[in-house]
Amino acid sequence: MTTKKTIRVLIAKPGLDGHDRGAKVVARALSDAGMEVIYLGLHQTPEMIVNTAADEDVDAIGLSVLSGAHNTIFPRVISLMKQKEVDDVLLFGGGTIPEKDHPFLKAEGVDRIFMPGTDTKEIVFYLQSALNDSTPSVIEGTASKS
Amino acid sequence: MKPQEMVDRILKADRRAAARLMTMVEDQSELASEIMKDIFACTGRSMLIGVTGAGGSGKSSLIEHLIGRFRKDDKKVGVVAVDPSSPFSGGALLGDRIRFQKYSLDDGVFIRSMGSRGYMGGLARASSDVVRIMEAMGNDVVIIETLGAGQDEVDIIHIAQTCLLVLTPGMGDDIQAIKAGIMEIADLIVLNKADLEGANSCIQSLESAIHYNLKKDKDVWVPRVVPTIASSMQTAECEGIEDLYQNIMEHQAFLHKTRRIDTVHAKRIEQELGLIFKDEVEKTVFAGLKGTGKKREYIESIIKGNNNPYSVVDEVLSTFLRTEKLE
Ligand SMILES: Nc1nc2c(ncn2[C@@H]2O[C@H](COP(=O)(O)OP(=O)(O)O)[C@@H](O)[C@H]2O)c(=O)[nH]1
Ligand SMILES: [Mg+2]
Repeated sequence: MTTKKTIRVLIAKPGLDGHDRGAKVVARALSDAGMEVIYLGLHQTPEMIVNTAADEDVDAIGLSVLSGAHNTIFPRVISLMKQKEVDDVLLFGGGTIPEKDHPFLKAEGVDRIFMPGTDTKEIVFYLQSALNDSTPSVIEGTASKS
Repeated sequence: MKPQEMVDRILKADRRAAARLMTMVEDQSELASEIMKDIFACTGRSMLIGVTGAGGSGKSSLIEHLIGRFRKDDKKVGVVAVDPSSPFSGGALLGDRIRFQKYSLDDGVFIRSMGSRGYMGGLARASSDVVRIMEAMGNDVVIIETLGAGQDEVDIIHIAQTCLLVLTPGMGDDIQAIKAGIMEIADLIVLNKADLEGANSCIQSLESAIHYNLKKDKDVWVPRVVPTIASSMQTAECEGIEDLYQNIMEHQAFLHKTRRIDTVHAKRIEQELGLIFKDEVEKTVFAGLKGTGKKREYIESIIKGNNNPYSVVDEVLSTFLRTEKLE
């Protein structure tokens, strides 16, 4: 019996400042698209994020960074991901990350960076294609058995 | 990771291996039930606490403080927090961890969020397996938060040894509704948000419901009402947490002293057996029918009036399951 894997995503907002409106909108959109979203909210350190991702065994981590600290936060998250065996997990970002920093972050291992104002559908599509799932989700064991 | 390596690592409290097996049981991978056979042998010694009650009643907040209290005793704590999955999209927003974040850097605490994935009963289908995995990792205490959507959250009663029902003042109707069955639902009734108006009359009404239902047997656990205020991030500013903790420990002591714990274990296994049987029988039957065209034939014969669903199921089951009784 083959069952479809449910995509699990961690959404967090690292840093001490800012608000988590954007992160909440994304979390809601992903769960509406059939994913399980572990929502951590504000004030997360890289350690907290990666520990949580490891225990929750998520397929992707999405971070909203508004503080301008992206060039330190993402590399730190990536090095912890390697340490904690979370390196098979997609890392993507959003918030206010100027385009000039994208090449550096991508070289470090951030898979995708979304610009402010991105349609959430684009993020859903990105995750579904990157994680090999294009079908809208149906709860396991109900509709699939007809 | 090979299955044996996964088991070895989990028994050594390896979080990553445990997390991966939890995903496998959630996704119902074939391999998971093989691995669970080895895991199962190393379970059954942890204290299992269930926390149920309506959404927003303060279950996660209370659990946050209980984790802290058990950590003071140097106990390792696992938490399984279940939230409802959307019946339409299958997705879920799992937000309980926001309240537990104090512990995301604590090696002695393992938290796992689960979507109910269409399973009824207040938990997810895989919750009991996830609890077993947490036990095998060596957690002394496992706390299970139900999704809190309705009143028929019965599974928790079978898994948990000590069951907390969280109520809040001003849910008068709900309290009326549970009064009759109050003895079955909860070992401890937590009246959270005791800072709100109406708390005192609520406590009185619960106490009198308990005494009205009281059986005069000795060796019976009489549910207790414990008022709490769990809203502050600082446990010192909360109220009733220590009292709640003491009551949990007294209930546990009662279970062990009266050997009631044996019944609790047996009930849990009965529940798990039932779930596994149901899944496996269904899987076997559907796998057997697949590609034979039988299913369509049956449906057509029922439409034509030559057959009915009950006889079809009898017939199918008798070909897949031997009808003799087990020795
Ligand atoms: N006034 C008051 N609010 C509380 C208390 N305990 C929790 N809350 C609040 O109730 C809301 C829901 O709490 P939560 O623990 O998430 O409830 P759950 O859905 O049952 O897990 C939060 O805003 C808490 O801050 C309390 O004792 N008094
Ligand atoms: Mg909760």
